[in-house]
Amino acid sequence: MIEVNDLTKRFGDKVAVDHLSFAVEPGRVTGFLGPNGAGKSTTMRLILGLDHPNSGTATIDGKPYRDLPDPLCTVGALLEAKSMHSGRSARNHLLFLAQTQGLPRSRVDEVLGLVGLQAVADKRAGSFSLGMSQRLGIAAAMLGDPQVLLLDEPVNGLDPEGVLWIRNLMKQLAGEGRTILVSSHLMNEMAVTADYLIVIGRGKLITQSTTEDVIARSTDTSVRVRTPEAARLAELINAAGGTAKPGENGGRAGPGNGAGLLTVTGMPAPRIGEIAASASIVLHELTPMASLEEAFMELTAGSLEFGQHGRPGQPPSPPGQPNPVNATQGSVQ
Amino acid sequence: MTATSPAAPARVPSAPAVPHHQGWGGLLASEWTKIRSVRSTVWTLIIFVVVTLGLTALFTWLTVANWTGPKAGPRDARVILDPVGFILGSGLGLGQLTLCVLGVLVISSEYSTGVIRASLLAVPRRLKMLTAKSLVFAALLIVVGEIIAFGAFLIGSAILHSRVPVSLSDHNVTRAVVGAGLYLTVLGLFSLAIGALIRHTAGAITTAIGVVFVLPILSGLLPGSWGNHVNGYLPEQAGVLVGQSHPASGDVLSAWEGFGVFCLWTAVLLAIAAYLLQRRDA
Repeated sequence: MIEVNDLTKRFGDKVAVDHLSFAVEPGRVTGFLGPNGAGKSTTMRLILGLDHPNSGTATIDGKPYRDLPDPLCTVGALLEAKSMHSGRSARNHLLFLAQTQGLPRSRVDEVLGLVGLQAVADKRAGSFSLGMSQRLGIAAAMLGDPQVLLLDEPVNGLDPEGVLWIRNLMKQLAGEGRTILVSSHLMNEMAVTADYLIVIGRGKLITQSTTEDVIARSTDTSVRVRTPEAARLAELINAAGGTAKPGENGGRAGPGNGAGLLTVTGMPAPRIGEIAASASIVLHELTPMASLEEAFMELTAGSLEFGQHGRPGQPPSPPGQPNPVNATQGSVQ
Repeated sequence: MTATSPAAPARVPSAPAVPHHQGWGGLLASEWTKIRSVRSTVWTLIIFVVVTLGLTALFTWLTVANWTGPKAGPRDARVILDPVGFILGSGLGLGQLTLCVLGVLVISSEYSTGVIRASLLAVPRRLKMLTAKSLVFAALLIVVGEIIAFGAFLIGSAILHSRVPVSLSDHNVTRAVVGAGLYLTVLGLFSLAIGALIRHTAGAITTAIGVVFVLPILSGLLPGSWGNHVNGYLPEQAGVLVGQSHPASGDVLSAWEGFGVFCLWTAVLLAIAAYLLQRRDA
């Protein structure tokens, strides 16, 4: 079990992790989701004691990482940044790690077998492809047979076979009752891997809930409607129990944003069509916003580090502002 | 090159349930594995041996071949006064440079390659990691350093024999040869400390070489006796005294005093390195 409590980390003026709190439970894959620069890697480095927090605590099974007696036998970590010497063989990389924990040499061969690197065990790590480097990283993480695993963007740059392999491995390890925290900036990847999601943006918690919840909430609540009689339709929708707001995504910038555009939540698209038909209102567009990526964008709107999805003239909503998912799910543990 | 890739491992094998604890034995073994398993260590040591022994032979031979006699020049007079210091200095003067590089690399390469993250995940008590690394490196250097110091002396004294016979039984000679090996060991730790402080290989090597080779030249330009004192207390200037059998004119420290000053410099740098290692983000 990983517990992060009010964790804050600043690099100069920049706040990388901002009073972040969450818990990662055993027995399931917990996805750690956020746009690039949201603070995922920094949070993981803080949990692992590589960086020092400005305030707050991160513990594993109740202890700070540096107080774990045999850390690799408690926690395994695959960091996004490379952490192996290109001139050292895979076997020697694992051997020096094993020796620090008093693990026998035979354990090195076991984990090499686990990740399928026996054939290249004595080759220099510098000659490894990205996929093989990731496997070596996984082998290092599994060396001490830890109950807790932190994987930072493990599928980044992998071929489909490698992605599938890591996905299956994570599910299997979670099935054995281990605690798995895996970060990604890809919602779709998380949707098929994670059982539970912790979403952060600009170092702050945006939402946490089961993956099902996040998806369900994001895919059936938002419908984009375009009509010449937006004001009248909005009134009818509101009267019928839905919520219609002018513009897209509740005011967030989007393509073709402008007059005649409504974003409807709390009402399915067919019902909106029926209301419009019964009032003889012409619809130019009726689009359920079903994309996970879109839901993710919505969740993290205003918290993008570089604002690449924002548009000039449209101030991003403040990170703390409640949105539909946040308001209802923010307290779910 | 492709790895065999099972779609999913049948079953993740568990680590043996033997009680294991992070003991010093394991940490020392781990640091030894790190040092021996990269080529740069082996190559730097080979270059060190070749350069040191080669230059010792070359310079002692040149000196013998161009011998002018004790009255002719201060250089030959100095060789007669302190033959062991001359022999050891002739090869180690340049050879020690490779040990500076090796000392820096032992830690800076962990930063440049990212291994430091794996190392600190395995040993989050950072002081323990630095201590184990320093001990293993010192043990390696004292063995290599003494072998090379004695080897250089044997080669140099054999070549020099026709002009200036010198043997280990002469006054202070054994102390000087043993001292040269000790000096090399501490020099390696001195460089390791600089590597730990600066963390970037190029910057750390430049700094180490600057302190060892360039500072003495600059301080030599300082006038008067205080310039002499500044120079005498510099790490390298103080440290090499233990590798000489007779003090040169102007030495402000005795052999062991000089070595002590050098050890003090190294201890202070290591302490600062240890403090910053704990404080800084890895």
